[in-house]
Amino acid sequence: MLEKSMTYRASYTLLVNDQYYSVVEVEPRLLLADVLRDVLHLTGTHLGCEHGACGACTVLVDGRPVRSCLMLGVQAQNKEIQTVEGLVDPGGALSPLQEAFAEDHALQCGFCTPGMLMTAKFLLENNAHPSRLEIREALSGNLCRCTGYQNIVNAIERAANAHSAIKGSVAEG
Amino acid sequence: MKPCAFQFYTPQTLEDALEALWEFTEEGLSVKVLAGGQSLMPVLNMRLATPDVLIDLNGLENVLNFIIPDNDHVRVGALTRHYQLEASPLISRHVPIITEAERLIGHVAIRSRGTIGGSLAHADPSAELPLVASLLNASVTLRSKIETRTIPAAEFFLAYLMTSLEPTEILTEVTIPTLPGRSGQSIQEFALRHGDFAIAVAGAQVTVDENSCVANARLALGGVGPTPLDMSAGLELLIGTQPQLEDIGRLVKAICQDLEPDGDIHADSAYRKDLAETLSTRALATALQKSRNK
Ligand SMILES: Cc1cc2nc3c(=O)[nH]c(=O)nc-3n(C[C@H](O)[C@H](O)[C@H](O)COP(=O)(O)OP(=O)(O)OC[C@H]3O[C@@H](n4cnc5c(N)ncnc54)[C@H](O)[C@@H]3O)c2cc1C
Ligand code: FES
Ligand code: FES
Repeated sequence: MLEKSMTYRASYTLLVNDQYYSVVEVEPRLLLADVLRDVLHLTGTHLGCEHGACGACTVLVDGRPVRSCLMLGVQAQNKEIQTVEGLVDPGGALSPLQEAFAEDHALQCGFCTPGMLMTAKFLLENNAHPSRLEIREALSGNLCRCTGYQNIVNAIERAANAHSAIKGSVAEG
Repeated sequence: MKPCAFQFYTPQTLEDALEALWEFTEEGLSVKVLAGGQSLMPVLNMRLATPDVLIDLNGLENVLNFIIPDNDHVRVGALTRHYQLEASPLISRHVPIITEAERLIGHVAIRSRGTIGGSLAHADPSAELPLVASLLNASVTLRSKIETRTIPAAEFFLAYLMTSLEPTEILTEVTIPTLPGRSGQSIQEFALRHGDFAIAVAGAQVTVDENSCVANARLALGGVGPTPLDMSAGLELLIGTQPQLEDIGRLVKAICQDLEPDGDIHADSAYRKDLAETLSTRALATALQKSRNK
């Protein structure tokens, strides 16, 4: 009985950025990050350390930030996954958060950026007006080796302000 | 790096999980149970562990993820995630030190997945939840196919990353005493960066009587020994007094005298001991202050 329900090879469906993908006959040891990158070819999610320390691989699973290097692909079935590819709108326009990163030079090589963006997305969804300290605390699990953190914090602050400016104009109009 | 190949088993009932753990272990296979993966996955990725079988507990969320008040205790299911403990009003009312402790654990993404059961079973000596379990003398329920036992934290943590869990056992729940009346709790730690593992960490609980004199005081330390250390025995001198900060400092210095923490790349032995004294004093003074405000 046990043998039968034990998996050496697994096939499963993943829901990534509102789209269903079939993952066929892969080893269960594939990390969620490996499935996203190597099987689904969604290479926006980056892998730095593969032990939870750098944050580059951060994606949202059921709305919360998760290290995709510390979760198996097979564990992500029946969950909603969001990656950096899902941030742009269908027409290809950057999200306000991404605009703010560009505006503030919040990236240089861009390696840390997907993790930074997904972490920031979660922060702003749960706290529309974070203080600079709250932004820093939220980013504490994401390392950047290029820009320093100043511009990243600035960008997130800018995105929060832009967001409330849009909301404000809607309320006025 | 990537994990080595393993067989993956995803039980949907606790009985099935216990049966599988029992059977695979009997067969002589090396088996690991996987909870939040925030300690085990790095170990697998670095191939420090190469189990034959991985039993994923995440299918048991419906039976092992809960926070339930039970008279003067709170029962917490092993699969309850760090972020759920952090956000629970029940926890902040009845065991406020856990709310404080959770804010110190890793980063938001780590707290999304990591569980209380995994934290205790991993038994890192500077981790916050093992410290809190020792401080409050929480108990853990360990189940195998043939037996269920509930033991106090003091008997659970045996050595560095080592507990009294048998290979065939799963930790199913943690039973934590609630904050008594006229009491305060505090956890104080020092880490190089916010969210890093603490170099040293101290937790305290103080209860005062109607005259604001200390009726009971408890202290536990992490990061200065192979397991969390219960230092409460040395605090009797505080009972019946209204200690000032200096009194607490003097007593703490005396009870920390025999500590011999191992040094490492982050902090040598003397520095760790120094931190232990400072953090203990702060934790006791803060807990005392809070107990008086109750
Ligand atoms: C970057 C980073 C920073 C971190 N910072 C901190 C920190 O500051 N403080 C801190 O305390 N922790 C920290 N952690 C670790 C985190 O708290 C983990 O959640 C915790 O140590 C393990 O819980 P888990 O559920 O992820 O367990 P897993 O990783 O799944 O398992 C850990 C171990 O426990 C065993 N196990 C798990 N659940 C059970 C069970 N129910 N019964 C029996 N055995 C079980 C597993 O077999 C394994 O050996 C950090 C982790 C990372 C990656
Ligand atoms: S690659 Fe996942 S945290 Fe570094
Ligand atoms: S932009 Fe290069 S690591 Fe952050």
